[in-house]
Amino acid sequence: MIGRAIAELAAGPKTPEAIDAFFATHKFPIVDGNAITVVWRGGAEAVHLKHWVFGLPSSQQLARVDGTDVWHLTLQLPFGSRVEYKLEVVRNGHGEWMQDPLNPNIAHDPFGGNSVVHGTGYVAPSWIQHDPTVASGKLDEVTFDSPTFGRRGFGVYVPARFLQSRRYPLLIVHDGHDYMRYASLGTILDNLIARLEISDVIVVLTSSPDRLREYADDERHAKFLTEELVPFVERVFPIDARPQTRCLMGASFGAVAALSTASRYPGFYGRLLLQSGSFAFTDIGDRNHRGPLFDPVVAFMNRFRADPAPVSERVFVSVGMYESLIYENRSIVPLLQSTGMDVRYVEARDGHNWENWRDRLREGLSWLMPGPFLHVYE
Amino acid sequence: MSTVVLLGPQGETPDIGPALAEHGIAGKVALITAGLQDRESDDAALVAALGGVSAVNLKLHARAADVFDKDPELAAAYQARQLRFRNIQSFYRVRLEKADEAARMISVRYVEPELLEQEDRVSVDQLRQLDVDHLDRCIAIRQAYEARWNRDRPAIAGHRAELASELETCNAIVIAGGHVASLFNRIRLFDVLGLAAGKPVFAWSAGAMVLADRIVLFHDYPPYGSDIAQVLDAGFGLAPRVVVLPDPKRRIRMDDKAGIARFARRMLPASCVAMDHGARLVFEDGMCTRAVAVRLGIDGSIAQSGAA
Repeated sequence: MIGRAIAELAAGPKTPEAIDAFFATHKFPIVDGNAITVVWRGGAEAVHLKHWVFGLPSSQQLARVDGTDVWHLTLQLPFGSRVEYKLEVVRNGHGEWMQDPLNPNIAHDPFGGNSVVHGTGYVAPSWIQHDPTVASGKLDEVTFDSPTFGRRGFGVYVPARFLQSRRYPLLIVHDGHDYMRYASLGTILDNLIARLEISDVIVVLTSSPDRLREYADDERHAKFLTEELVPFVERVFPIDARPQTRCLMGASFGAVAALSTASRYPGFYGRLLLQSGSFAFTDIGDRNHRGPLFDPVVAFMNRFRADPAPVSERVFVSVGMYESLIYENRSIVPLLQSTGMDVRYVEARDGHNWENWRDRLREGLSWLMPGPFLHVYE
Repeated sequence: MSTVVLLGPQGETPDIGPALAEHGIAGKVALITAGLQDRESDDAALVAALGGVSAVNLKLHARAADVFDKDPELAAAYQARQLRFRNIQSFYRVRLEKADEAARMISVRYVEPELLEQEDRVSVDQLRQLDVDHLDRCIAIRQAYEARWNRDRPAIAGHRAELASELETCNAIVIAGGHVASLFNRIRLFDVLGLAAGKPVFAWSAGAMVLADRIVLFHDYPPYGSDIAQVLDAGFGLAPRVVVLPDPKRRIRMDDKAGIARFARRMLPASCVAMDHGARLVFEDGMCTRAVAVRLGIDGSIAQSGAA
C-alpha cells in the first residue's frame, strides 16, 4: 500500500525542488485517516521500520520512490493508536538504529527514546501537561536501613497542601523514579489532586538495583516492602494506615512484584494498580517461552492460577493491545474477578511503554484512590 | 411561612443577590460555607454577590474542627462513624453495580417484549430497594451516634449557644455549595437549621442537595469511566419530593434517554431536577411554588419548566 502523499510525489517531477517542497509541506509521519506513512530521506542500501507492535512483523522494509532518495512505508493503524518505533538505516552492510529525524515526537525511556506516531484519534491527555495554576507537590529522597537489603533509598512525594495534622493514603510505586521521569507521574499527581479526581496522597517511589530478580516473586522483596518500608514510612509520615488506603503499583515486572507481594501479605494492600504485568504462565510444563528470567514468575503465576485468592480489595489492570503480554493480562482478569476482588480492566491501542502506562494513570488512580470529585458540587 | 429557595451553581454571574431581593431579604444573613472546608473563610466574592445584604459567616467547618480538638473522645467516635459510613457506602455501591449489571444482562435476553418490560420494572425496583435499605442503615447509624454523642456535650453546646445568638440577628440562611458530605455533617453537628427554624433558606449546589429528602451523588463522566448514581444519606427534607442534581451539563449524560428514564423511575416519587446556573426552585411550607429548572422525566424526557 502506498500513501496518498507518496503516490502524488511519485507521480510528479522528481526534481530536488519538488522533493524539497514535499518535505516542506508535510508533517511526518504522514497521518491520513488510518494510513500512517513513515518517511526517511537519504542515501542507504535499505531502511527498515522497527517497532514493537505484537501481531505485526517487527521489522518492515521501507520502499524507495524511484529516482529519489525518499524512502516510505505506509501502515494501517486502528483509530486511537499510539505506536513507538525506530528506523534502521543500512549503509555499507551495517544497520544503524535511530529515531526518525523527521518526527519531533519522542518518548523517553531508560534505554533512550523512541519516535512516536500518534494515529488518528489518539490525543495526549490534558492532565499530563504541567499546569502553572496547579500547586506542585514536594519531592524528597529518603534513605533507610533495611534488614533485608541494607541501605536503600526511595523517593517521597507529598501533596501540595500537605498538613502534618492530616492522615494520608499511601501509594507505593515500583520503579517510581522511572514513573516520574518517563510517565510524568509528579505532574499527573499534582493535576489529578487539583481536579479532586484523586485524594491527596503520599507516594513512595521505589527503585531496585536488581529488579528482574527482586520483582520476580522474591520473598525478600515482599518482606522489604511490607515489614520494613511501609512501617518506616508510617512512622515518619502521617499515613492513614488501612488496607483501603494503601495501594501498591507497578508496570511490567513491577506489576508482578505488586501482585506477588500482595499475595504474600493478603489483606495488607487493599488497592493494586497493575500495568502491563509480565504475568507469564504455562498451561502445561513449567518453562515459558520467555526465558529463564521468567521462571520464578511462571512458578508464581501457575500457583496463583491454580488457587486464586482475594489478596486485595480492588485491582486495576491495564495493558496495551499491541504488546505481547496482552494474552497474559487478558487471562488474569477473570481469575482475579473469580476471587471476589473488585477488578477493572482497561486495554489501550498502545504498547509496552511508559507513555501507555502514563495515559492510564488517571483512570486507575481515580478509581483506586478517588478524590472528592463525586462529593463536590460548587 | 417557611421559604426555601434552591438555586443552580453561581458561576461568574451569581443570582443569589437577586433571589434575596426578590424575596424581600434585607439586613443581615447567616452564611454557611462549610462545604468549602478549609477555604470556608474565603467568602469575599460571595458576600459581594449578596447584593448589599450584610452577612455573618457561621464558620461551621472551623467550629467543628474546634469541637474535635476540644473533645477527642467525640472526635474518635465521629471518625469511627464516618469510617462506618464510608464502608457501607462502598458495599452499597458494589450491590448497585451488580444489580445494574444484572439489569443490563436481562434486558438483552431473547424473550417477548412484555416479559422484558416486567423484568425492567423488577430491575428498577431492586435498585430502589437497595437505595431504601442503604438510607435506612445511614439513618440508623446516625440516630445511634446522635443518641450517644448528643449536642449537649460542652464542646458543641458552647458553639450552639453562639450560633443561636448570631442567628437571632439574621433574616435568612444562605448555604453555598462545596463538599456535600462535609457540609451536611457540619450543619447537622450543630443542628443549625433547628436553631434557625422558620427563617428563609437560600441554597445552591451542594447546599441545595442537603435540603432535599435524599442526597444523591451522581456523575456520568467520572475519571474512571463510568459510575452509577448513589444515595449518600437522608437530607434535611426542607425541599421535599425532589432530587437536586446541580451542574448537569458537566455531570449528566443528557442524551442517554434510557439512563435518564431509569434514574427518574428509581427516584420516584421524588422528581429529579437538573439545576444549571439560573435554575430556581421555591418552596413555601414544603410545597414547590415555583420551578425554573430541567425535570428528568420517567420516560427519559428532558423538560424545562418555568422561565428564568
